[in-house]
Amino acid sequence: MQFSILLAVLVAFAGLGFLWGRARAAAVASASGRRLHSRARHHGMLVAAWTGGPGIVVLLLWAVVQARLGGAGEGMSAAAAWAGIAVPLAVAIVGLTWGVRRITPQLRARNQFETVLRNLLLLASAVAVVTTAGIVLSLLLESIRFFSLVPLHEFLFGLHWSPQIAIREDQVASSGAFGAVPVFAGTLLISLIAMLVAAPVGLLSAIWMSEYAAPNVRATVKPILEILAGVPTVVYGFFAATTLAPALRDLGSFFGLGVSSESALAAGVVMGVMIIPFVSSLSDDVFRAVPDSMRYGSMALGATKAETVQRVVLPAALPGVMGGLMLAISRAIGETMIVVMAAGLAANLTANPFAAVTTVTVQIVTLLTGDQEFDSAKTLAAFGLGLVLFFVTLALNVLALEVVRRYREAYE
Amino acid sequence: MSGAPRSTHQQVRAGLKRRHAAERRFRAMGIGAVLLALLALAGLFASVITQGYGAFVQTRITLNLYLDPEVLDPSGMRDPEELRRANTNAVIRESLRQRFPDITGRSDLRKLYALVSTGATFELADHLVTHPDWIGRTIDIDLLAAAEIDMLHKGRISRDVPEDQRRVSDQQIAWVDALAAEGRVAFAFNTTFFTSGDSRDPESAGILGAVVGSALLLLVTLVLAFPIGAAAAVYLEEFAPKNRWTNLIEVNINNLAAVPSIVFGLLGLAVYLNFLGLPRSAPLVGGMVLALMTLPTIIIAARASLAGVPPSIRQAALGVGASPIQTVFHHVFPLALPGILTGTIIGMSRALGESAPLLMIGMVAFVVDVPTGFTDPATALPIQVYLWSDAPERAFVERTAAATVVLLGFLIAMNGLAVFLRKRFEVRW
Repeated sequence: MQFSILLAVLVAFAGLGFLWGRARAAAVASASGRRLHSRARHHGMLVAAWTGGPGIVVLLLWAVVQARLGGAGEGMSAAAAWAGIAVPLAVAIVGLTWGVRRITPQLRARNQFETVLRNLLLLASAVAVVTTAGIVLSLLLESIRFFSLVPLHEFLFGLHWSPQIAIREDQVASSGAFGAVPVFAGTLLISLIAMLVAAPVGLLSAIWMSEYAAPNVRATVKPILEILAGVPTVVYGFFAATTLAPALRDLGSFFGLGVSSESALAAGVVMGVMIIPFVSSLSDDVFRAVPDSMRYGSMALGATKAETVQRVVLPAALPGVMGGLMLAISRAIGETMIVVMAAGLAANLTANPFAAVTTVTVQIVTLLTGDQEFDSAKTLAAFGLGLVLFFVTLALNVLALEVVRRYREAYE
Repeated sequence: MSGAPRSTHQQVRAGLKRRHAAERRFRAMGIGAVLLALLALAGLFASVITQGYGAFVQTRITLNLYLDPEVLDPSGMRDPEELRRANTNAVIRESLRQRFPDITGRSDLRKLYALVSTGATFELADHLVTHPDWIGRTIDIDLLAAAEIDMLHKGRISRDVPEDQRRVSDQQIAWVDALAAEGRVAFAFNTTFFTSGDSRDPESAGILGAVVGSALLLLVTLVLAFPIGAAAAVYLEEFAPKNRWTNLIEVNINNLAAVPSIVFGLLGLAVYLNFLGLPRSAPLVGGMVLALMTLPTIIIAARASLAGVPPSIRQAALGVGASPIQTVFHHVFPLALPGILTGTIIGMSRALGESAPLLMIGMVAFVVDVPTGFTDPATALPIQVYLWSDAPERAFVERTAAATVVLLGFLIAMNGLAVFLRKRFEVRW
C-alpha cells in the first residue's frame, strides 16, 4: 500500500516538475530576451523526467531490497521504514531543483528529452531478452540444485518415477524415484495421439481451403477453425474430463476393453482438436505460397487437381508443412490444463492409449501446487522437468522457424 | 508394352474414370476434414452449454415462516448487527416441522431440514436487515433449496435410480413433491451465482470472486504489457539499427511467443515469489506473469501495425522539420494505434483464458471473499472452472459448465471488440 501511495506521490511530483519547468523556461526566456532553443513544453518534460525517473528507480530498488530482507517488514526498524519513504522523495526533490536550475535559453531540452525517451524504448525492447534470461537462469539454478540431489543420468534414464515416496521416507534419490522416462513417454504418447488427430484433419482442411474452397468460403471457414485455438484450454480439459473420457470408458467396456477413465486417448484426442488450427492455418499459408505456375504446369500436362496437389504442391510445400507440424508438436508437449484435468497422475511406462499416463506438465503442476518446501527434491524436480520442457519446445520452435524460413526463401 | 498397341489417347481414356473417382475422393476427404473440425467446435460448445445452462436458474422453496420475535430478536432493538446473526435457522426448521408435523424421528428431521440450503439462513438474515418490520409476522418467503433438491427438480438426479445410489432419499422426493403440488417449489434466476464468491456448497457458490480476480489480473497485465509492448515495437520498428543486438531481441521475441505458458509460471514462482518475495495467490503477481506471457503477442501485432503505416507519412513529417521522435509519436503511432489496440485485446483475451501459469504462483486456493485489492488472495475465472471441475458434487458440474459459458462469453465479447476495432478503424493506404 505504502508503495502505491509513494508511487502516486512521485508521479504527482513529476507533474509538478513539468509545470514548474515550463513556467521557469518561459520566465528565463523573457528575462534574458533570447529565444529558447526548445519549447517551454520540452523544458517541462525534461524536468519531469529528472524528477520522476530517479525517484521511481530508487523506490523500485528499495521495494525489492525490502521484500528480499524483511518479508512482510515486521523485522524492520522504524528508521529503515522512514528511510524507505524519505530517500525516494529526497531523490525526487533533488532531481526537481537540479532540473529547474539548469534551464537556460540555450539548453537543448527537446534533444535531451528525446534521448531519454529513446533509451526508454530500448529498455522496453530489452524486456523480452531479460525474460528469456530470467527463464533460463531460474530453471537452471533450481535444476542444478535438483541434480545435486538426484544424478542427471538417473533423472534422464531412470525408469521409475514416484516423487512422493522420496519425501515420506526422507531418503532422497536412493530409491531411484526420480527416473523421468515414464513421464517423458507419457508426454510423447499423448502428443502422438494428438498429432494423429491434428495432422490429417489439419492438413486435409488446409488443402481444401487453399486449393478447392471459393475465396469467400475460405475467408469464413478459416477464422471459425481458428476459434478452436482461442478456446481456453481449461474448457477443453473440462470437456475431456467430463464428456469424452466417460464416453470412451463406456464405449470401451461395451467392446470389452479396459479403458481407464483418465485414458491417454481422451486427453490426446481433445488436445489434437485444439491444435488443428495450428496445423491448418500454417499449412494453408504454406500452400498458398507455392507459386501458381507450378500448378498450371502440372495441369497443362493433364493432371487432375488431386494429382497436382499430391505430386506437385505437397512435395513443394513439404518443408513448410513439416515446420507447421513441429510447431504443433511443441504446442502439444507444452499444453498443461487438458492433461492436468484429463490425464492421470501415476507414471506408467506404457504405449497403451487406453491406459492412464502422466505428462511433464501434469507432474510440474502436481509437484508445485499445495505446500512447497524449497529444499526438497520433490519441488526441485518440477524445475528439472521445466528445464527439459523449455529446451525441447525451444529446439522444436527454432528448428521449425528455420525450416519455414528456408522454405520461404526458396520461393521468394 | 503388352498386347495390342494402344494410343496414348486410349491409355489416358482408360484411366480417366479411376482418376476422376480419386479426385472426388480427395475432395470429399478435404471437406470431411473441415466438417470434422467444425463439428468438434460445435460439439464442444454444445456440450458446455447443455451442461451449464441449468445453473443460471436455481430451485427455490417457498416456506410459510413465522418470524418469531422471541427467536430472531430477543433484545427487541432491531439492531442490524444483531439481526445479521439472528437464529434464522430455528425459524426455518420450525416452519418445516409445521408443514410436515408427522415427522418426528431424529434422522428423518435431519433429512427434512436438508431440503433447504444452509445458505438460506443468511438469505433470511439479509431479509430481516432490510425489512425489520417483517418480524412478528407470518410470511411466505422463498428460500434457496439444497443442491441435491435443485438437481432433482432440474431432472439431473433421476428418480428411476435405486434409492441407495442417489443423494436424495425417496422420503425427500415425497416431501418435495408435496411442496411442489402446492406450487412452493419453483425456479428463479440464480443471482447467487453472479453475486457471491466461492463456497463449499454448490448452491451458494458464485463466480463474482473469480470475475473480480480476473479483472484485477487483466488490469495489471494491461498496465504492464501494453506500454512495454508498444514501446518495444516502436523501438524495433522505427529506431533500432540493424545489428546483432536487434537481431537477438527479434529472435527472442519470436521464441518467447512459443514458450509453453507453464514455463512462465515457473519463472513467476522462482523470481517473483521466491526471489522478490511478493505475496502468493495475488492478482499483482499473476498479472505480472501474464504480462510477460502476452508481451510477445502485443509486440508482434504492434510491429505489423507500425509497418503498415506508409513511409510517405514519415517522410512528410521529417520534411517539415519534425524530429524522428516527433514523427513517430505525433504521426506514425496514432495511425498505428487501432492495430496495436486490436493486438492488445487479442493478447488480453488469451491472458483471460490462461490458467496454467497461475497454478504455479498459488492462485488455486479456495477463496471465499471477493478480492478488493491487488495483493488479496484471489482466483481467476478459468481457475474457478478448474477448481469446480474437481468437485465431486453433481451440482458443481453444472456450475463448472456455467462458469465456462461466462468465460466464453467474455472471450467472444473481447474478440468481437477486436474485430469491430479492426473493421471500424482499418485504414487502407
